[in-house]
Amino acid sequence: MTAKTLYDKLWDSHLVKQRDDGTALIYIDRQLIHEVTSPQAFEGLRMAGRKPWRVGANLATPDHNVPTSRAERARGVDGIEDSISRIQVKTLDDNCRDFGITEFHINDERQGIVHVIGPEQGATLPGMTVVCGDSHTSTHGAFGALAHGIGTSEVEHVLATQCLIQKKMKNMLVRVDGQLQPGVTAKDVILAIIAEIGTAGGTGYAMEFGGEVIRALSMEGRMTICNMAIEAGARAGMVAVDQTTIDYVKGRPFAPKGAQWEQAVAYWRTLVSDAGARFDRIVEIDGSALKPQVSWGTSPEMVVPVDGRVPDPAQESDPVRKAGIESALKYMGLQAGQAITDIRLDRVFIGSCTNSRIEDLREAAAVVKGRKVAASLKQAMVVPGSGLVKKQAEAEGLDRIFTEAGLEWREPGCSMCLAMNADRLEAGEHCASTSNRNFEGRQGYGGRTHLVSPAMAAAAAIAGHFVNVNDFVKQ
Amino acid sequence: MEKFTVLKGLAAPMDRANVDTDMIIPKQFLKSIRRSGFGLNLFDELRYLDHGEPDQDCTSRPKNPDFVLNQPRYAGASVLLARQNFGCGSSREHAPWALLDYGFRCVIAPSFADIFFNNCFKNGILPIVLDEVVVDQLFREVAAQEGYTLTVNLPDQEIVTPAGQVIPFEVDSFRKHCLIHGLDDIGLTLEDADAIRAFEAKWQQQAPWLFVNP
Repeated sequence: MTAKTLYDKLWDSHLVKQRDDGTALIYIDRQLIHEVTSPQAFEGLRMAGRKPWRVGANLATPDHNVPTSRAERARGVDGIEDSISRIQVKTLDDNCRDFGITEFHINDERQGIVHVIGPEQGATLPGMTVVCGDSHTSTHGAFGALAHGIGTSEVEHVLATQCLIQKKMKNMLVRVDGQLQPGVTAKDVILAIIAEIGTAGGTGYAMEFGGEVIRALSMEGRMTICNMAIEAGARAGMVAVDQTTIDYVKGRPFAPKGAQWEQAVAYWRTLVSDAGARFDRIVEIDGSALKPQVSWGTSPEMVVPVDGRVPDPAQESDPVRKAGIESALKYMGLQAGQAITDIRLDRVFIGSCTNSRIEDLREAAAVVKGRKVAASLKQAMVVPGSGLVKKQAEAEGLDRIFTEAGLEWREPGCSMCLAMNADRLEAGEHCASTSNRNFEGRQGYGGRTHLVSPAMAAAAAIAGHFVNVNDFVKQ
Repeated sequence: MEKFTVLKGLAAPMDRANVDTDMIIPKQFLKSIRRSGFGLNLFDELRYLDHGEPDQDCTSRPKNPDFVLNQPRYAGASVLLARQNFGCGSSREHAPWALLDYGFRCVIAPSFADIFFNNCFKNGILPIVLDEVVVDQLFREVAAQEGYTLTVNLPDQEIVTPAGQVIPFEVDSFRKHCLIHGLDDIGLTLEDADAIRAFEAKWQQQAPWLFVNP
């Protein structure tokens, strides 16, 4: 039998029909739905007189637009001050009610960012195909699932047919061996990978992450890695199933129980790339050599280690790349050759589908405990990824550690990762952010985003500028 | 979806690599629950000098005179020339909706981000991948000649320049078929409803835990 990659196995097990023209129908086990990319899909269903193919395969929650201030949240959907956002969240509620789709409403404690709540509920399971109208759906690949973002037309297509029309992607393996140094986290690993292969490096590939470093990561760390596969151009990121995966899934509300659990685990253990499986491209990263990373520019590949310097366009020979560096320096208000640690910050954001889970919050809390946010900062906020993450953090006293240090403790949602709600940067402000995109205007018109790990964001909040979290803890 | 067969249209150059979907249509406009009306806010942060909000009257907003699409010579363009990795970032279909609403039916670039590329076909936009050298040539020709018009022939899979140069391009046969006929692919997939049901029954036997409803 031919050796298969994990992606090959997931593809083969979901293949409904291979067509002569090279496209295939792929069965979808789970669709996650949020308020921004679904209204037009539901409208399309209505106009065509169609119903969801398998209503139970869908799970919805509002996340992108929801306010994170306690006062605004207290009044539920009707309390959303931005009327256009309110209509969009209400539209999700109406559509889920009309079509019979399970929804965690705005103030349900299970509400949160779709990519946090899927795994948290066990609604994401190994061996599944998972889609959502959001590019960070690659997160769910951490479970040995085939998961990727889709557009609204495909949201409608999956609702109506439980399938997607796909062409098989190529296989890429990113192997990270060695052992991470203290203070270096999953976020630093994925930022370093993107810096290495570029934002189009994974285009056309399904990207499997393997090697000693990945195996040693928790599920939350693996989710952080897979979450940003799309920033490296790969729609789908994935990690093979092991005991860490199975332990995480066990006992979650939607996870199988009893005899089905045993049957499922036996199957899940096969969800690894076979020895000798062929990858079209293999990238090797020395995990032991990595330092904490900071993005300086306007693309997630514009990343350097914290002890590095902002690059000089004069050193770049490719004209398109050179123009990209020049344009990024101008937008970011930085000088070529400037030390990363000299970048002064205005705000700090800890949250997003990349880094808002309990381990991220523990990591940040450990750094700020007993310290105070720099007086020069306008704002530092912590936004948990879900109501249940928030509850857990409060049970551990993390909320008090944050508030005593001068960070705001918010209600769950996407928040300042993309600033669709009121949480945003003002023009020209620099922000240390644990999110996933540093595009122009991403966190607010004219805002300047620097992508970092939760520990690095926390250290930057205390110092008022970037510091190596290790040096900082030693002080 | 509107059919795409032969498009003869003015070309406009977007000379910048890694144009992301946040740049194509900023997030504040994603709050709309409609599919149309995004054209006025296409490339909003590059196109206007102020910060745009949904439902704003754009006619009175200060325009950025340096932005390419604000130059009168590119008014009415329907073919967008672009650089590598066009459409990277989010899966928002609002990006192709905005391009379409503005009037673009074809985007030519050396490479595209996967999700954006796919979303274009669902909306009657033809994204064409050409060799970087050829794209460079088109950028030079557009800059040199006002009123530079390309003829994009999908059935024959070729682009004809004003000088009569014929540039062939590749396109997936299924996507070509859907574009030429303006087909709704949900309808096509539902022709295979029996195959989907058969797969589902078999899959439920193998992995029954996936069929426990939330």
